[in-house]
Amino acid sequence: MTAKRRASSGMDVKADFPILRRKARGKALVYLDSAATSQKPKSVIAAIEDYYSRYNANVHRAVYELGEESTRAYEGAREKVAKFIGARDAREVVFTRGTTESLNAVAYSWGIKGPLQNGDEIVTTVMEHHSNAIPWYFVQDHKGVKLKWVDIDDEGRLRMEQYDDLITKRTKIVTVTHVSNVLGTINDVKEIAERAHAVGAICVVDGAQSAPHMPVNVADLGVDFYTVSGHKMCGPTGSGVLWGRHDLLQKMEPFLGGGEMIREVHKGWAKWNDVPYKFEAGTPNIEGAIGLGAAVDYLTKLGMGNVRRHEEEITRYALDGMHGIDGVVTFGPDDVKARGGVVSFNVGDVHAHDVASILDVEGIAIRSGHHCAQPLMERLDVPATSRASFYIYNGKDDVDRLVAAIRKVKEVFA
Amino acid sequence: MPDLRELYQEVILDHSKKPRNYRKLEPADRHAEGNNPLCGDRLTLYVRLDGDRIADVGFEGQGCAISKASASLMTDAMKGKTLREVEGLFDAFHGLVTGAPGGDRKALGKLAVFAGVSEFPARVKCAILPWHTLKAALEEKDTVTME
Repeated sequence: MTAKRRASSGMDVKADFPILRRKARGKALVYLDSAATSQKPKSVIAAIEDYYSRYNANVHRAVYELGEESTRAYEGAREKVAKFIGARDAREVVFTRGTTESLNAVAYSWGIKGPLQNGDEIVTTVMEHHSNAIPWYFVQDHKGVKLKWVDIDDEGRLRMEQYDDLITKRTKIVTVTHVSNVLGTINDVKEIAERAHAVGAICVVDGAQSAPHMPVNVADLGVDFYTVSGHKMCGPTGSGVLWGRHDLLQKMEPFLGGGEMIREVHKGWAKWNDVPYKFEAGTPNIEGAIGLGAAVDYLTKLGMGNVRRHEEEITRYALDGMHGIDGVVTFGPDDVKARGGVVSFNVGDVHAHDVASILDVEGIAIRSGHHCAQPLMERLDVPATSRASFYIYNGKDDVDRLVAAIRKVKEVFA
Repeated sequence: MPDLRELYQEVILDHSKKPRNYRKLEPADRHAEGNNPLCGDRLTLYVRLDGDRIADVGFEGQGCAISKASASLMTDAMKGKTLREVEGLFDAFHGLVTGAPGGDRKALGKLAVFAGVSEFPARVKCAILPWHTLKAALEEKDTVTME
């Protein structure tokens, strides 16, 4: 690692990530798909190996030493995540498989099993990921609840003024993504939560693309539910969190039933366990929670403020580089203060799939397609886009390789 | 190590930029829509029959270079073929792009340029979309979706 490279990216953590040493298609790997999943530092991989090597045992039940250790580590991870997202109480942190499961749990418990009725309204947006759309379609179809959609402007920002008309006294849920996985747009969820509360509705926020990339404080944001993707923040796949206000979690019906989430069970009836255990049926993903705890340690050491600053710098560098190529169109706000490091783009008339294949041969991993946001693709009137997403281990050298490869696409399709 | 040139050969690039038979046939004896929701490739195929032979074939739609070139070369190859010959070509092409052995590669002629697709499994669905759509059209099914 040369001094020049260190100065150019500010955050120099590539060496912490073993996978980044490998080649892809015979070239040094440039991984630009962290919006799909992040790579893991040695410390997270080591934590999981350590768990299975030293103290693997089921949690909460065992009377033996191994079980005490595993429980301590599992609950310790819960405390870590609570602190990471600014939750006042660790009991508000439910471990799930990821944001998809978290959003399904809220939609099911609040929407389908809960108080929503025919004619009630859910206000959502056109930029949502399918994980924050389909569960609400279930509620719409099952209960006759009406879905309403906030649109975007030409820069990919939410048209906030539409909330004035769309939110009515029948609105029960206002849901929005904190950061768009296609446009990178950062939404003003604090303001949106206030609009929801003004009519007595709850605010459910999809934090998949935000919690890994910027400081998040759920108490300060004032939202009611917030979802976290563990595997997008250097944690293992299958790890994630649903954060919910304690009083709301207490009111909610459970999502999955089984062991752990009960206090007592008789023939035909049972009493549920306390929050958060009420929402953690069955043996949890213990390695996932421990790995996520290690990821929180790693990111906390870097400092989320630094993570965010680094991303703003890299994104600015990338946008400038890409705009320097004739025919390249990027989506989302140009102001990096208003967006995250997710950059969707098209190269002239070349199909996103072809762009991704050519970049693949150059050792660069990007995503192409509709990014689980087909309503947004329809709204943008494009069949698909390519998407490069930056994270802590990407530097300006990665952006340089990306830009050079995009020029190659133009050569091939000249 | 897979090479870009294996996938984006001159012939493929040429056919993707200037696809042959890129037009709607009116009237058509058969037509079907094919789409690959995973990436946004979609096309409509039109066929005119003369007995059990394909008299003419055309297609419209949007998609990646691989799917467009495949549709272009396929429609060229299909003209004048009997339904039986179409089936044989379908099997041969399928084998070619999935890297499976066998099938009458000689019969494929120019279509053999797609051999490189087998090195890029993620693109196989792009190459075979037009073929599945043609099959659906001939079997009188309206749409086919690549899973």
